[in-house]
Amino acid sequence: MDNEEIKAIRVDDLTVAYRDKPVLWDIDLNVPPGVLMAIVGPNGAGKTTLIKSILGLVKPAAGQVLIYGKPYQQQRSLVGYVPQRESVDWDFPTSVLDVVMMGRYGIIGWIRRPGREDRELAMQALEKVRMQDFANRQISQLSGGQQQRVFLARALVQDAKVYLMDEPFQGVDATTEKAIVELLQQLRSDGRTVAVVHHDLQTVIEYFDWVTLLNVRSIASGPVAEVFTDENLHLTYAGRVAFSRESKEQKNSLSDGDKQ
Amino acid sequence: MNLMQILKGLMFDYTLRTVALGSGILGIVSGALGVYAVLRKQSLLGDAMSHAALPGIAIAFILTGSKAPLVLILGAAAAGWVGTLFIMAVLNKTRIKDDSALGIVLSVFFGFGLVLLTFIQKMPKATQAGLDNFLFGQAATLMERDVIIMGLLGAAVLIIMMVFWKEFKLLSFDSEFGSSLGFPIKKLDFILTGLLVVAIVLGLQTVGVVLMSAMIVAPAASARQWTDKLGLMVALSAVFGALAGMSGAIISSVTAHLPTGPTIVLCISFVVAVSMTLAPNRGLLWRWFRERRNNRRLRLEAVLLDLGMLAEQHEDLSHGHPASVLNTMSMGQGGVERSLEELERRGLVQNINEDEWALTQGGVKEINRILEHREVKKV
Repeated sequence: MDNEEIKAIRVDDLTVAYRDKPVLWDIDLNVPPGVLMAIVGPNGAGKTTLIKSILGLVKPAAGQVLIYGKPYQQQRSLVGYVPQRESVDWDFPTSVLDVVMMGRYGIIGWIRRPGREDRELAMQALEKVRMQDFANRQISQLSGGQQQRVFLARALVQDAKVYLMDEPFQGVDATTEKAIVELLQQLRSDGRTVAVVHHDLQTVIEYFDWVTLLNVRSIASGPVAEVFTDENLHLTYAGRVAFSRESKEQKNSLSDGDKQ
Repeated sequence: MNLMQILKGLMFDYTLRTVALGSGILGIVSGALGVYAVLRKQSLLGDAMSHAALPGIAIAFILTGSKAPLVLILGAAAAGWVGTLFIMAVLNKTRIKDDSALGIVLSVFFGFGLVLLTFIQKMPKATQAGLDNFLFGQAATLMERDVIIMGLLGAAVLIIMMVFWKEFKLLSFDSEFGSSLGFPIKKLDFILTGLLVVAIVLGLQTVGVVLMSAMIVAPAASARQWTDKLGLMVALSAVFGALAGMSGAIISSVTAHLPTGPTIVLCISFVVAVSMTLAPNRGLLWRWFRERRNNRRLRLEAVLLDLGMLAEQHEDLSHGHPASVLNTMSMGQGGVERSLEELERRGLVQNINEDEWALTQGGVKEINRILEHREVKKV
């Protein structure tokens, strides 16, 4: 019965190669609606590439991606995207509000300029990330955490059902991280699906309810309680994992085996 | 020649008017389009494009035997475009990085263009003279007809830029996000690059292939110094370009033996120099002053805090402490006496006798304020 439910994100046999080197190999993914999913894996595991190929930004060598049962090209309005913060030039001459309004460009369509409604929605999104006082700031004056929140606000105005986020916790302080997590959990309780490229294994259990372990191949994907196991982590990180679920749960016993 | 004569010339002298108008138009268009080249970190692409245009000019002449500017400009645009495609192909198909790709295309196309020019000069016709004007530009060859063509093409370029304002902004700031929204980023890139080619070839007759890239980069880089708004940056850049174009054209036409292109480039260089030094926030002078003010404030605070530490060891606030002790505490950074005098002027310390200093009530308050402020910052 679970299988007949329409998946928010469904990836079948996805393979992506740069030149002749496979970056993603035969990935299958089934993400049900309304989960908050971490995508974890070592450097070069293809986490960003996975997100980009779901968004159609990277052309796969094989396989298909379905968003709520249809190809991405037909479902663009359902998908919101938060790219890596470093992917843009923050010295670009524009204001915070302008960047957030870019999230509305897809809805506004060609040639027409953003209007009052777009401006109001952008302000509301800025309030949600507590950046409303920065609306008219030049973006180069923002700290890393503020930049990240501006990108989140831009995704929020997209009003999407599926969110794909590339390292939204990169370079933010503990307070901001907490605020972002609360926001993501809010999105989930609104019934939206959020997939997040994540680096900190320590917080996976605390923040997320779904996880995909990736290392070129998909090692495991499912509820955190089921698939975030030491065995799967070892498979993902090829034994080089400095984190163990058991050691976290029984703080006294150090698992030295991991590091040797 | 004085100002009145120049103004008169602008109104009644056919050549001067034509040249100034043409150079102004080229400045506006290259200034406006240059903003995108600079913001997308493609400044060198403009250089490669303009150099790549040279063989196009030569080939257009060889094929048609005509020196009509429109024919030559079409050739230039085609070659500039082909050069750009070459760069894209090199980037996509090989592992050569962008700076090398630009360098390769620039020099290969330019070299080929020079060979063709030499070949043309040896052709047994009398009409070939003047093609080498395209190297450094020769504004005096501009005709009213050419200026009208420049004006129409330039207006078309600017209108397209306005129509796709939102899209080009998205393309320049975050093209992948734009692509995820469904905008055909490659096509937009294609259009914007095409507009840049047009802006460049518009200036070839006046400024020449060698220096044209300055008209793309310099106005935009100057404008960026003065504003943080894209719209204002485009407008300012166009104004800077126009100013440099017109004044360069006028200066070179009223002075003997002064080539137009290089004079225009010198004018825009002057704008760059002024912008780099004087612009608020981003200007060098501004930064220097801000840094100096900061340093001085920190030095004053340090001396005040040192005096505070000394005062803590005595119950009597007005107990004097010698400046030489403070000098030792500041690790011999110097300027302690001057700082003390400045602090005294502000009523924070007082000179007890000759060389001994003490805090005032105001000084104690100020120390508490500073410490509180630092504490807040730490949290």
